[in-house]
Amino acid sequence: MPRLLTILLTIFVAAAPLSAGAKVTIDITQGNVDPMPIAVPDFLGADDATSELRRDITKVLMNDLNRSGLFKVIDQRAYIIGDDVGVNVRPTFPNWRLINAQVLIVGEVVEMGDGRIQVSTRIWDTYADEQIGAVAFKTPADNWRRAAHKVADFAYKSLTGESGYFDTRIVFVHETGPKEKRVKRLMIMDQDGANPVPLTDGLNYQALTPRFSPTQQQITYMALFDNRPGQVYLFNIETGEQEQLGTFRGMTFAPRFSPDGRQVLLSVERHGNSDVFKMDLATRRLTRLTDHPAIDVSPSMSPDGRRISFTSDRGGAQQIYVMNADGSKQKRITFGEGRYQTPVWSPRGDLIAFTRQYRGRFYIGVIRPDGTGERLLTESYLEEGPTWAPNGRVLMFYRQTPSRRNGKGGGASLWSVDLTGRNVRLVRTPGDASDPAWSPLLP
Amino acid sequence: MKTLMKIAGMAASLVLLSACTTGGPDIDASAGAGTGVGAGPTGPAPGSQADLEDAAGHRVFFAYNEYTLTPQAQAVLSRQAAWLQEYPETRIKLAGNCDERGTREYNFALGARRAEAARAYLVSLGVDAARITTVSYGKERPLDPRSTEDAWSLNRNSTTTIAAAGA
Repeated sequence: MPRLLTILLTIFVAAAPLSAGAKVTIDITQGNVDPMPIAVPDFLGADDATSELRRDITKVLMNDLNRSGLFKVIDQRAYIIGDDVGVNVRPTFPNWRLINAQVLIVGEVVEMGDGRIQVSTRIWDTYADEQIGAVAFKTPADNWRRAAHKVADFAYKSLTGESGYFDTRIVFVHETGPKEKRVKRLMIMDQDGANPVPLTDGLNYQALTPRFSPTQQQITYMALFDNRPGQVYLFNIETGEQEQLGTFRGMTFAPRFSPDGRQVLLSVERHGNSDVFKMDLATRRLTRLTDHPAIDVSPSMSPDGRRISFTSDRGGAQQIYVMNADGSKQKRITFGEGRYQTPVWSPRGDLIAFTRQYRGRFYIGVIRPDGTGERLLTESYLEEGPTWAPNGRVLMFYRQTPSRRNGKGGGASLWSVDLTGRNVRLVRTPGDASDPAWSPLLP
Repeated sequence: MKTLMKIAGMAASLVLLSACTTGGPDIDASAGAGTGVGAGPTGPAPGSQADLEDAAGHRVFFAYNEYTLTPQAQAVLSRQAAWLQEYPETRIKLAGNCDERGTREYNFALGARRAEAARAYLVSLGVDAARITTVSYGKERPLDPRSTEDAWSLNRNSTTTIAAAGA
């Protein structure tokens, strides 16, 4: 189990005088057709022993920046490198402007002698000839990946003004075996696909629809059994301990934490009908929120805790509804053709992501909570289950391909997309994967 | 030459056809939809799962995104009810299933609806509700792994299995 770690964050004093040049910024609310060209030379270090580590840290950083779609790291072979890439040296700006690098990120890795390393970084605006920011992290050497992600988050924040999402993890359903007898178990990995670790063994039940607690190292998910209705469980990532969330005669499913982590919203099935409930985790008190003969599923609470979106087929086909957190004022917000499902409220509160089925295809889209501004971001044979990056700017979801004529294939994989819909990327997983859930930024 | 090609073409389509019918893992599913085949002299043990499948059919099928019972489904369930009267100690499990063209979470709810529709019909025909448990597998347990209309039709079902056989 990856342990929690503390990273010391020190912003060190600017080494260069500030000039009044134009500051580089990226507006991530607009579609960035052209990613910002950026130079990232390999991080330096006094010790030859760290050369491989320094190269690896640089690679993880470059990969994070490139995958965001906002930056394009210029090929290192184009760099004109003198002795100006140290973290405490003023760069030769014309050399970087020559290759059109708008931003230069330099770094240094120092072994502390106690098993820890210090990773220092400085970010330069090459056209304004000024420093944008500098930061240093101390961390155990074997946690170097997290240090690299922290640097990427720092760069993202320095250049966009918004917090990043690179030092995060993904819990997902790992799938193996033939489609009609698939083993489905929970796995956790870093946001970039590194360090995958199984959480459940997949032997006695299928683990599905995991969701991260926004406040603790905890997951809620549904366990699907052979001979009794599926049930919602809580899973502690640190200890591996599990517990069933209450005792129910019917099925419990589609769980999701409230933004304060104190409640789990879920669907409870009774005599074939599913309604939305919330359970207080401290008191285990269950409160009914919908009471309708139609199917009500997939609840998700707004970040301010005041409203809940859910899917209902009370109007015929599945559509998205929004209600107050106490279940009052239930109101439909989607009216398009097809079926709208799996609404997930953005951590920023401004959008609800959803799955739409329309004319035999599946789409991932976003819509404002008042039902305006619907935008479809991706499309395929079958995709669903969006989850938000903690900064509310990127979504991850899963895609399933159609099976071949002989019934083979039909595998599932994780994908990410930004809000422009242009930056669609496959997420590396060890084998087939579905139902991603994005963690909050790690502490 | 022409006839040879014709024959070759026929052979090819025959191969295709048989590939289709054996493609699914559950070739007796059509028996569930159609009329029951009486157990022969070497038929399955009376009261067994195989006996239920032969005598009544153990699966009923649903239209896309629907959970209402078709007349064929009602006929199968009527035979199941009659069969269950013969084995009054037998308990059954009804599992609701969906095709892959829906979200996981909604399909759990829809599968529960399908199992409940079958349960309610059996109870209305006099089967003791205490003998029936229901479970929804959503879209997680497809009978036929293909992504075709035929496969989806098979995968939208409520399946009856014997949970505990009577004495």
